Amino acid sequence: MNITATPALPLGDDALILSHRLGEWAGHAPVLEEEVALANIALDLLGQARILLSLAGDEDELAYLREERQFRNLQLVEQPNGDFAHTIARQLYFSTYQELLFNHLAATDSELAPLAGKAVKEVAYHRDHAHQWTLRLGDGTDESRTRMQRAVDALWRYTGELFEPVEGLETVPWAALHDSWAARITSTLEQATLTVPEGPRHGAWTAGAGRQGLHTEPFGRMLAEMQHLHRSHPGATW
Amino acid sequence: MVTTTALEAELLALAGSVPDPELPVLTLAELGVLRGVQLTAPGRVEVLLTPTYTGCPAIEAMSADIERVLHDHGIPEVEVRTVLSPPWTTDAITAEGRRKLAEFGIAPPRPTGPAGGPVAVDLTLRCPHCGSTDTTLLSRFSSTACKALRRCESCREPFDHFKEL
Repeated sequence: MNITATPALPLGDDALILSHRLGEWAGHAPVLEEEVALANIALDLLGQARILLSLAGDEDELAYLREERQFRNLQLVEQPNGDFAHTIARQLYFSTYQELLFNHLAATDSELAPLAGKAVKEVAYHRDHAHQWTLRLGDGTDESRTRMQRAVDALWRYTGELFEPVEGLETVPWAALHDSWAARITSTLEQATLTVPEGPRHGAWTAGAGRQGLHTEPFGRMLAEMQHLHRSHPGATW
Repeated sequence: MVTTTALEAELLALAGSVPDPELPVLTLAELGVLRGVQLTAPGRVEVLLTPTYTGCPAIEAMSADIERVLHDHGIPEVEVRTVLSPPWTTDAITAEGRRKLAEFGIAPPRPTGPAGGPVAVDLTLRCPHCGSTDTTLLSRFSSTACKALRRCESCREPFDHFKEL
């Protein structure tokens, strides 16, 4: 398989994997409106993934025929959906990151600029969706508050990796991006009457190696399901 | 900017008359997604199309419809190319397109103003059925990625809003 060395690959993998995770909500979301919302966000991400992966090679081969360790996505996006609060916490962390990163890339002369400029407007809606739900669940009932706090705490350790330099994106000011991200997340969580997590985000055995191809245990099973049809029926069409 | 010949202008108008596959009340020209038609060789035409949303599945149907219309007009080779930059915005929908959307029961997008920054979602929107401005947001995402779902508090009808992008 020919894979071009380009930062489009890790960013495309983020979009592809999160799209698949959100797609798993189809038929299971708490209300119909959310079913539709999560599917729409998944569709936006799939659109990003198709364009980005096509810059790195054949989109179908890359999505369906790579092994686990060849994927370069963040460990955050491969985390299982959990309860609705976990999915919202993952969305809040990731869409805030993606909006800041794409906003930066859109203003550069990188090959990623056209996609970043296009997608950042959609991602603003993804972030708003996650922000509104975080407020509603955090500042909601005792049960929803407990669950939302548990979710932001559980996923916190995967957020350090978001700001580790990506090969080919050396000009991105990662430290400044992190500060903006932290300020936004803090603002949302405080507004939602939640506590900003304080646990470690670097150096732990799990967090931070997705970009190098090391993934967490649930990822392999997710890939098996995602790739099964294509691998079992090569070349199948509708 | 490449000079447009009379034939190219004619083909652009023809491609622009193709109805949107998901919102058939609008043509592609009214939606503002056609970026140009260029005759690259005799009998060979390149059409530039921009997607409304990155993952919009309608883009493939649009390409197929454009190819069919231009084939029928005697152009044997038609290539539809997708361009992303500059990104499409709802400001590209024509005044006639907005009028048709409202008539179809979809609240048209408001002007987005200068590019960049999240879109304000709390301004009032007029119900396309009864004209009341007393409407509330039910969901930011509706039947397609480009729409939000709202309800009119006066006539109690739900309606789609083509959200600003």
